[in-house]
Amino acid sequence: MIVVIDYKAGNGPSVKNALDHLGIEACLTAEPELIRKADGIILPGVGSADATMESLRELALLPVLDETVKERKTPFLGICVGMQVLLSHSAEGDCDCLGWIPGQVVRFEEGVRIPQMGYNTVRFQGGHPLVEGLEEGYFYFVNSYYARPESGSDVAGVTEYGHPFCSLIARDNIMGSQFHMEKSGPAGLKLLERFAALCKDRKGGAAC
Amino acid sequence: MLTKRLIACFDVKNRMVTKATKFQNNIDIAPAEEIAETVSNAQIDEISCYDIMASAEKRPIDLEMVRAVAKKVFVPFTVGGGIRSLEDMYQVLKAGAEKISIDSMAVRNPDIIRQGAEAFGRQCMVLSMQVKKVPVTEAIPSGYEIAIDGARTFTGMDAVQWAIRGEALGAGEICVNSIDNDGTHQGYDLDITGKIAEAVSIPIIASGGAGRPEHLAEVFTKTGASAGIISSMLYSPRLPRNFTVEEIKRELMDAGIPMRPYVLF
Repeated sequence: MIVVIDYKAGNGPSVKNALDHLGIEACLTAEPELIRKADGIILPGVGSADATMESLRELALLPVLDETVKERKTPFLGICVGMQVLLSHSAEGDCDCLGWIPGQVVRFEEGVRIPQMGYNTVRFQGGHPLVEGLEEGYFYFVNSYYARPESGSDVAGVTEYGHPFCSLIARDNIMGSQFHMEKSGPAGLKLLERFAALCKDRKGGAAC
Repeated sequence: MLTKRLIACFDVKNRMVTKATKFQNNIDIAPAEEIAETVSNAQIDEISCYDIMASAEKRPIDLEMVRAVAKKVFVPFTVGGGIRSLEDMYQVLKAGAEKISIDSMAVRNPDIIRQGAEAFGRQCMVLSMQVKKVPVTEAIPSGYEIAIDGARTFTGMDAVQWAIRGEALGAGEICVNSIDNDGTHQGYDLDITGKIAEAVSIPIIASGGAGRPEHLAEVFTKTGASAGIISSMLYSPRLPRNFTVEEIKRELMDAGIPMRPYVLF
């Protein structure tokens, strides 16, 4: 079972609809017990990094996520702002984030329409199982900020908007996409299915 | 490269997609979730649904319709009609929409744009505006006036000034609906679409008048629009022929416009 973390600013229902459509068992919840038992965790995101961190704090989920994702290596996928909070710090609201992926989140520079909104190309790279064998595809973006991981080895996808930026992060069990997999048509559903397959590989068997 | 977007837009009345000309003479086409599923499978880039009777009937938006469509649609989904408060917005987002379109309500209470942007992020807030060509006056220097309530009430507001204000209040996108071109199938109003795209830096959606793929090519090459709304082209029995999403995209790509290509899976 995959847990989609439910918090007020997230678009959890869309992620849940996509997983339902793919026939993947998922529940939309913020219950720590269910998160601990999950085969995989998705942190959806819309809105700002500081508001997302604040929600996770209010729901008392920070220690739960550290325990499950950092210590027990449960597969984790952050989407959009859910990806940005993986980094050390975000310029949006000047806030400290989870810090699982060393690096910064910064605003797009002048000269491009902000927010970036629409489908853009993602060129996949590196050997992470999430993207293995994939070359590129079009995915839906809505963002004014982007991630700058310190280590190039954490970058699994690159997109151009004014300049190349990291649109997909993958390090062991921790993954994050700046684009909305759940809202990118068949190409996005395919990636979501790949993430679910990685979760299944380490199935704990808990139900919703 | 960031591509231009094709947005399928449906006016919904009693759960049925309906088609009007110049905001009148509606004919019913099919249930909303059926059409939404068809165009989503055809790889449209986004979908918008307007509950066109909600405002007039002074009732909240049909959340069952939103839920039914959201279950079938795996591209961004915008909902409008009958949204009056932050709570209404929250309910629509919870029902599975990504974006909220506000139009007449934003004119009556502009602060709702700011409130929505603060609560849910500005990417959620689409400021939709009904514009009509009028003589240039001191009050309306752009020559386009804002109307509300299904183009029945004129506000005396200048379209370009309203767009600038909307951006400042927190709108994430602006949808420019031409009352003059709506339902004519003769092409978008390039003049006002271009003026607004130049006046603000958020993405602009052109709306009203698309009847053939070249109308999209025109608006994407001659204005700074990021997206175009289509509806009649896809399914209206009033047009001599309809076009598939694939046909439209192919024609736009042949014209050198960056589009998300139709892909076989």
